[in-house]
Amino acid sequence: MHTNTLAIEVTDLTVAYRDNPVLWDVDLAVPAGILMAIVGPNGAGKTTLIKAILGLVPIAAGQTLIYGKPYAVQRRLVGYVPQRGSVDWDFPTSVLDVVMMGRYGALGWIRRPGRRERDLAYEALEKVKMHNFADRQISQLSGGQQQRVFLARALVQDAQVYFMDEPFQGVDATTERTIVTLLQELRSAGKTVVVVHHDLQTVPQYFDWVTLLNVRRIASGMVSEVFTEENLRLTYGGRVTLIGHNSASSMLSEPLSAADHNKG
Amino acid sequence: MDLMSMLQAVLFNYTLRTVALGAATLGIVSGALGCYAVLRRQALLGDAMSHAALPGIVLAFLLTGTRQPLVLMLGAMVAGWLATLALIGIVRTTRIKEDSALGILLSVFFGFGMVLLALAQKQPNAAQAGLSKFLFGQAASLVVRDVVTMVGLGTVALLLMLLFWKEFKLLSFDPDFGTTQGFPIRLLDIGLTALIVVAIVVGLQTVGVVLMSAMLVAPAAAARQWTDRLGVMVALAAFFGALAGVVGAMISATARGMSTGPTVVLCISAIVVFSIFFAPNRGLVWNMVRQQRNRQHLLRRVDRELVLEPE
Repeated sequence: MHTNTLAIEVTDLTVAYRDNPVLWDVDLAVPAGILMAIVGPNGAGKTTLIKAILGLVPIAAGQTLIYGKPYAVQRRLVGYVPQRGSVDWDFPTSVLDVVMMGRYGALGWIRRPGRRERDLAYEALEKVKMHNFADRQISQLSGGQQQRVFLARALVQDAQVYFMDEPFQGVDATTERTIVTLLQELRSAGKTVVVVHHDLQTVPQYFDWVTLLNVRRIASGMVSEVFTEENLRLTYGGRVTLIGHNSASSMLSEPLSAADHNKG
Repeated sequence: MDLMSMLQAVLFNYTLRTVALGAATLGIVSGALGCYAVLRRQALLGDAMSHAALPGIVLAFLLTGTRQPLVLMLGAMVAGWLATLALIGIVRTTRIKEDSALGILLSVFFGFGMVLLALAQKQPNAAQAGLSKFLFGQAASLVVRDVVTMVGLGTVALLLMLLFWKEFKLLSFDPDFGTTQGFPIRLLDIGLTALIVVAIVVGLQTVGVVLMSAMLVAPAAAARQWTDRLGVMVALAAFFGALAGVVGAMISATARGMSTGPTVVLCISAIVVFSIFFAPNRGLVWNMVRQQRNRQHLLRRVDRELVLEPE
């Protein structure tokens, strides 16, 4: 069945803030088992798109399905990594405690996390190379370490579909490498990952699919097909200089090697 | 009165024992639940809700004619709840920001309460005489019936807080993530706010509407200095609240004509100031020592490495 293979299906999604449309009539069809970037200029509605799919902002019109059913009944299949800046990192809690929050939904009401949750959280921390920080207070972490803690919290959810809001924003080289490895592991495990991304240079290197968004959906599909100069111009207006010395098409024919890509 | 005779009085004097028990209860409940108000940056909301309680208390008295603690507390709760609804309404429908809306509500409700209080005091019966104590608090006026009500309400509030510990932690740290975990965050928010209202109401007769918010904010702020764990913070804040409550209530109950609110607030302020300066890690004194040490380390390194090899 065609719909069964779609991990995420968004139709006619419109979100407005007061009378300003933030997203206008967006359609998306994301097959299972791919890594997809959402790119677009500031204010393009990238975060809003994720939040609308997760039911965190009210939608004016449209529908979103996860594996063919509404998100509300598929919640357990969906993991979420919000923007790092969305919480107070001076909150009195430890790294392990934050990661265990990813199990709260599965635990349900009132039941406290126990040994099993502790073990799962520790395992997830090992995957993001943060297990030595398990007992640290979260305010003692660097930005990249905070990001990895948030990733671990999503990993313990053991979801099928992951939404990540700017996980690469302002992180160190170690964290960037860890995230890239993690994304690839998730893909090999058959998971679908949607990432709000800012760095156009790394899109062909890190992702299979890309959605170009600027309030409307400009294009969505395989990177090799839709990540073109033309589409980027449509998305960003005239400012395609963002691509740097390479043109989009030459990037596609020969992806940047790690050496070219000298952004730490 | 020296410390020993004060301790003796608390243990063996029936009135003082009642007062101490009431003050300890209010300190524990407001200290523990105040942590959430502080962590969620809702300290001002507590202030507005406690001021808003005044018209509720006086109206409850005017309508029923009794000074039953439960009736007055119910009036306070309803008023606090209305103020919260009004706040949400103003922020949603107008362009007025939350802090301005809180300021407006606080003064409107409090002003209305003062007018009602003046009306009530014109009444010929003697029952209204105790109402003005709700302004700055009068621990000495606590009787067993009041304390029983306070302990009952406070126990329920604390048990609910412990029962929904994990849910309230999630709500306070990352509400959006809580929603994706399937919890009705809006409902939890209302529930936690209701518990904070209960904490305020429990303390109103002892501390008074004007200064009650200090008992929510100050113990939590002091406790945060000493620990990085939510559980420890809540327990410490409850302890600080109880300590300040009992000491303050004792001072005011044994000195004639002294309101309890101000003495309790002075006690908790002393704890806050001490914590800000002397708590390890977060304390200002330790920070200064640490900075000084780092500077000396750096200077010594500069001496060693740069002076030895001049340009």
